[in-house]
Amino acid sequence: MASSVYLCLLRAVFLVCFVNPLIQGLSEDESVFQNPHHQQEENLTGLPIVTFKWHHVETPYLVIIWVFVAGLAKLSVVELNHHVISVVPESGLLIILGFILGGIVWGADRAQTFKLLPPTFFYYLLPQIILDASYFMPNKLFFSNLGAILIYAIFGTCWNAATVGLSLWGCYEAGVMGNLDIGLLQFLLFGSLIAAVDPVAVIAVFEEVHVNEVLFILVFGESLLNDGVTVVLYNVFDAFVALGGPRIDAAEIFKGIFSFVVVAFGGSFLGIGFAILLSLLTRCTKHIQIIEAGFVFVVGYLAYLTAEMLSLSAILSITFCGICCQKYVNANMDEKSVTTVRHAMKLLANGSETMIFLFLGVTAIDTEIWVWNTGFILLTLLFVFIYRIIGTFLFTWMLNKFRLVPIEVIDQVVMSYGGLRGAVAYGLAALLDEDKIPEKNLMISTTLIVVYFTVILQGITMKPLVQWLKVKRAAHSDLKLIEKLNNRAFDHILAAVEDICGRIGDNWWTRGWNRFEENYISWLLMKPKARKNRDYLFSIFHKLNLEDAINYVSEGERQGSLAFSRSDEAANVDFKKQFGSEFADVMPNIMVDMSNYELGIEHFSVTSIVKDTIPSVSLDIHGQDRKNAMDDINAHHLLQQHLYRSRKHHRHKYSRSHFSINQNEDEVQEIFQRTMRSRLESFKSTKMGVNPAKKITKHHKKELTHKMPNGHPDGTGHLYGDEEVEGLCVFLPHLIEAGIENPVFLPDMDSPTHSPPWLMETEAVAPSQRAQRRLPWTPNRLRRLAPMRISTCSTDSFLMADVSLTLEEHEEHSQTDHVEM
Amino acid sequence: KKLNISHSQITRLYSRFHSLDKGENGALSREDFQRIPELAINPLGDRIINAFFPEGEDQVNFRGFMRTLAHFRPVEDNEKNKDLTSGEPLNSRTNKLHFAFQLYDLDRDDKISRDELLQVLRMMVGVNISDEQLGSIADRTIQEADTNGDMCISFSEFTKVLEKVDVEQKMSIRFLH
Repeated sequence: MASSVYLCLLRAVFLVCFVNPLIQGLSEDESVFQNPHHQQEENLTGLPIVTFKWHHVETPYLVIIWVFVAGLAKLSVVELNHHVISVVPESGLLIILGFILGGIVWGADRAQTFKLLPPTFFYYLLPQIILDASYFMPNKLFFSNLGAILIYAIFGTCWNAATVGLSLWGCYEAGVMGNLDIGLLQFLLFGSLIAAVDPVAVIAVFEEVHVNEVLFILVFGESLLNDGVTVVLYNVFDAFVALGGPRIDAAEIFKGIFSFVVVAFGGSFLGIGFAILLSLLTRCTKHIQIIEAGFVFVVGYLAYLTAEMLSLSAILSITFCGICCQKYVNANMDEKSVTTVRHAMKLLANGSETMIFLFLGVTAIDTEIWVWNTGFILLTLLFVFIYRIIGTFLFTWMLNKFRLVPIEVIDQVVMSYGGLRGAVAYGLAALLDEDKIPEKNLMISTTLIVVYFTVILQGITMKPLVQWLKVKRAAHSDLKLIEKLNNRAFDHILAAVEDICGRIGDNWWTRGWNRFEENYISWLLMKPKARKNRDYLFSIFHKLNLEDAINYVSEGERQGSLAFSRSDEAANVDFKKQFGSEFADVMPNIMVDMSNYELGIEHFSVTSIVKDTIPSVSLDIHGQDRKNAMDDINAHHLLQQHLYRSRKHHRHKYSRSHFSINQNEDEVQEIFQRTMRSRLESFKSTKMGVNPAKKITKHHKKELTHKMPNGHPDGTGHLYGDEEVEGLCVFLPHLIEAGIENPVFLPDMDSPTHSPPWLMETEAVAPSQRAQRRLPWTPNRLRRLAPMRISTCSTDSFLMADVSLTLEEHEEHSQTDHVEM
Repeated sequence: KKLNISHSQITRLYSRFHSLDKGENGALSREDFQRIPELAINPLGDRIINAFFPEGEDQVNFRGFMRTLAHFRPVEDNEKNKDLTSGEPLNSRTNKLHFAFQLYDLDRDDKISRDELLQVLRMMVGVNISDEQLGSIADRTIQEADTNGDMCISFSEFTKVLEKVDVEQKMSIRFLH
């Protein structure tokens, strides 16, 4: 708290002392701006040692100052949120801060010198945000919900525009708004600019409220794609206003509709074209890796500007550029470049967003633009809100008839409440031509008020609303252990059966597309090395990781278990250090929490687990009652903390500031490793027991061993991060294969009868849409799963031999143990 | 017929069955299930795969596939009132619970013993919990449910202790309507 107060004071002082004189100086210097040299020559009487060259650096200086101030603002807002309960979303706080700053500037200058000008906004501040959003877009989710997103974006926006415009016009005709110089077309124009849901605001607010991934992608996708419609509607009505009412006939209207098709699809294809260009570029930059990262930004920005130049939808262009290029760019580029791009993008997007919200606040403090018309403003707010709700429910009702996974009512409520307007609406309003639209200032004022309302008020209430709705549904009663356990078990069961059913609908199209994409597009756009490494890479050093983890653990135990019990924190098996230089980006964090290991010393386990939940844990084991209560609480908390979460709980997290993997990935990895081990065990036992049914071709083995010493692959980052499932899936063939790879273990590998599926060229099982990558699989001949016996030492569970195996296999297993250690 | 699944659903499930069946022999083996990647990261995945296969067999045909999936059909209201003379439909609450019960009870003796419970717990819980703690959790769990003191959970005890849980909702897939 102290630090944030300190920061605020610092900033205020800074602003007052520094910016003010600058502004004074600015207004004074304007007169001499034209003749800098003249000025110098006139006053020159001796050699000036130092001169104050304000006019030389004026423009860049002001820009940098504002960027600096924006950075400070963000810092103080974040600090504030950190220490005080974060009720107001950061964007809201930034706007309020903008008010204050605007007040200061206005106080000094009596005029708003620093306004958010539309060109600045549209050309310098917006593109990065959209590029960032699209570059990190979860493609699978996006494309699987594309139908719904398009419906909302196109029809939803048209609906909003039409209804708001017409209702306002109706109210105007009814005389509620008093005297305005405005007509139906202008109302429709206003409706079209206020109708669009704003991606910046959506990200800013939803980032702090963690909703489920489908809901998020629907709102977010809609906010991105509705630009196509907005641009068209805006331009069409702008042209209509210019033409005047009488000149509009059916031909013009048809032209309007046609222009939508051209603008939207043109923009998208332009974006895709630039994505191809970018992918090809990164494919060729093997020798100049240092500038690779720059290409992403440059080409992205080019896409945006080119579309703008051709009056196509610029946002759609840059969106599709980002969406399409992600995979190839990430595969082709060096990992360092991938990391650079990620960090730089987040940085730019964060910075831009901060500046946008700040300036939205600053711009408000300007007496020139404010025109207050109670009827207009209040009615706009009302209509925008109501029609959003009606529109959402209407379209969702229609969509649910066709969707396999219907959108629930709660989600619809959040979706309608999340229709935030933001800077794009303001930018469009500021672009209006005053001559054609006399009431421009009124529109700007209204737009600003709508933006503030949605961002601040709806932003504040979004989180409580989400929580309230959830709480209303779940009955919170004290569950017994067995109920908790079973609830979780049911979640897992349901998730598994859903996956078996392929519920989302794997169909011919997705399979066909995947095949086409792999064979042709990847061939064209990806580096050959990257293509080859796609599948094998992860597996190889995942196997290395695992081996090392196993070694570490077993060695540690041999050394003496107390070594682990003493450390309070988890002993971090930090492979980053070992392999960091080579595999930095793709390294899964395998953390083994050593402190909780079974040591036969009871009190250690209790304290370490019940850390923050029960602050004062009494180690007094004598009191029987207390022990029982303790045990009860312990057991509940243990379960609570350690039960694996089911897939439904793995929320997608789009965040402006964090792009690291979901915390749940550790869990997922654990489960995956275990399952694979158990399958591997069973497979190994079958392998030895039965004739070698697997064909592991020599060439494949050679490739594998060849890759291992080589070590450094390029371009692997693409699987890391967002796509937990896919990345992990790839481990499977290699895990199994690597285990089999052991020469001690495999006597001979002559003509097997059956080629393992991972070597087969034919495609694997049609995946559900959740897993559209090439599937891994398991060995063909698997014995019936026998229950795993668990030893007293938990580490042995994965090295454990299945007791029911025959002696022969026991020998093999001891050999395996020997080798793996 | 007894499964009560609509024709369009059957068609859809058949195409899914067909796409899973790599060997094209009209039956699924365990490997076919294991190809589904999400099952690999589901802690109970392998057990659920097991549940599809009847005792001692390695292949499941479409009928068996459907039979197992029929457990997950949502319970319709009018069915609750149906009299039980024709035998309960597969998706009744009891049968759903029985499906879950059989996931725990591997040796099919109609009782969940401490060992079996331990195994399930071990599968569902992270590596951070020691076996002793797990054992105590298992003991408490059995204590909560066990009414006849045999240190095992029978099916009736299981049903009784879960009577507050909304099984119909939790074990239903909507599209199997």
